[in-house]
Amino acid sequence: MMDASKIETQNNRQTNFGFNRRQKTIMIIVLASILLISVVLGGIFIDENRIATNLTARNLMPSFEYLFGTDWLGRDMFARTLMGLTLSIGVGLIGALGSAIIALILGMIAATMGKVADNIISWLIDLFLSVPHLVILILISFMFGGGFKGIVVGLMLTHWPSLARVVRAEVMQVRSAEYVQVSLRMGKSRSWIAVHHILPHLIPQVLIGFVLLFPHVILHEAAVTFLGLGLSPHEPAIGIILSESMKYLSSGMWWLAFFPGLSLLLIVRAFDSIGSNLHKFIDPSSANE
Amino acid sequence: MQLEAKNISFRYDNGPWLFKELNLTVNRGEIVGLTGVSGRGKTTLCRILAGLENPLEGKVLVNEQTISKREYHPVQLIFQHPEKAVNPKWKMKKTLYEGWNVDEKYLNLLGIEHQWLDRWPNELSGGELQRFCILRALGPKTQFLIADEMTTMLDAVTQAQIWDAILKVVKERNMGLLIVSHNPELIEKLCHRVIEL
Repeated sequence: MMDASKIETQNNRQTNFGFNRRQKTIMIIVLASILLISVVLGGIFIDENRIATNLTARNLMPSFEYLFGTDWLGRDMFARTLMGLTLSIGVGLIGALGSAIIALILGMIAATMGKVADNIISWLIDLFLSVPHLVILILISFMFGGGFKGIVVGLMLTHWPSLARVVRAEVMQVRSAEYVQVSLRMGKSRSWIAVHHILPHLIPQVLIGFVLLFPHVILHEAAVTFLGLGLSPHEPAIGIILSESMKYLSSGMWWLAFFPGLSLLLIVRAFDSIGSNLHKFIDPSSANE
Repeated sequence: MQLEAKNISFRYDNGPWLFKELNLTVNRGEIVGLTGVSGRGKTTLCRILAGLENPLEGKVLVNEQTISKREYHPVQLIFQHPEKAVNPKWKMKKTLYEGWNVDEKYLNLLGIEHQWLDRWPNELSGGELQRFCILRALGPKTQFLIADEMTTMLDAVTQAQIWDAILKVVKERNMGLLIVSHNPELIEKLCHRVIEL
């Protein structure tokens, strides 16, 4: 028994660079948060002149002066990518947060307010799931006249159904648990039970749902923008950068799509690791490890 | 002062009747045993008496009145599996104080240590959890206690300790107690009379 635990700790040491699991988890969260915050701060405070057209420095390969190279108008791709990521993170955050909140509210209503509410909401979920996201998204952002507001409202209103279904199933399971029945017999109200007993069980689900929605939302934003119904072309969103660079890929300017795409991937991955590591802390069965 | 089941009948969906026109009374200060072969509806009867389930016919009366679902139910049920009866996302402190402001002397009586209060349910054993469930059900408005195979999964020493504590509280507060058990010795030792289902 002693030997086995010793070997395990040794293994842990090797794979975790001398940190235990708790320290490692905190490290990952902190590193990913630093990455996200620095990208956002960089995007906000970067000099606007960096992305000004400079025809003397067109189509340059990545170098120390231009980390991500320059495009066909001589704009610094590093600065554009930073600003684009900031915009995309903003849109993704608001969109995913809005969707998660809608999903949470509708899921809880469906599972606690009786049969009629459940039927209506289940029908709504099926309705939204049966039509492709993009179609409704285009419709909604078109109704709002495109631009930032239109796309954000559209993203919020289209991404909730799958998460709402998960929330509804979880609520139905928890509300029949014995401790909820005990609570009811102690004279607690339904809303008290919903907040105190049921909500804590939903936080991991909603958190993970939110993290999974985030890349989805960013990609849909890029898709709608690509079709010309989302953000306007002079805003340096990642979706716009990627769709513009498509034209130049065949002429060998690989850096135009490679670095922005890679950064988007990094950001999404950072979000993912924050979400899953936070989950480890919140869940009581692993919180004390 | 009595808990009374009047002509209650129950069955699940279209299954066979578990019991028909059953009558049962538990007076305050009385300890009643309930035995019967598995699957005869002992647990279901307990759930009906505690208001967790409605009988298809007949009614359950406490002091000759039906009980509203919105207020503290004077009949409290203690479940067989304590790990299912506490919220796994709550620290034990919150679970314990959910129903009432627990008196310090009861903690000692049931042998609950103070350091357990700051733990999660998965860090306590079944016997330790069951003590919390019992104490949670002993609020000042509780007049009748139903123990549904409450100590079946515990060792003999813990069983004796817990029953000892409960009997003390029941006597002191003049509560009614309904004990469901498969253990004939336990029933014989504790109960004033026995009902066979």
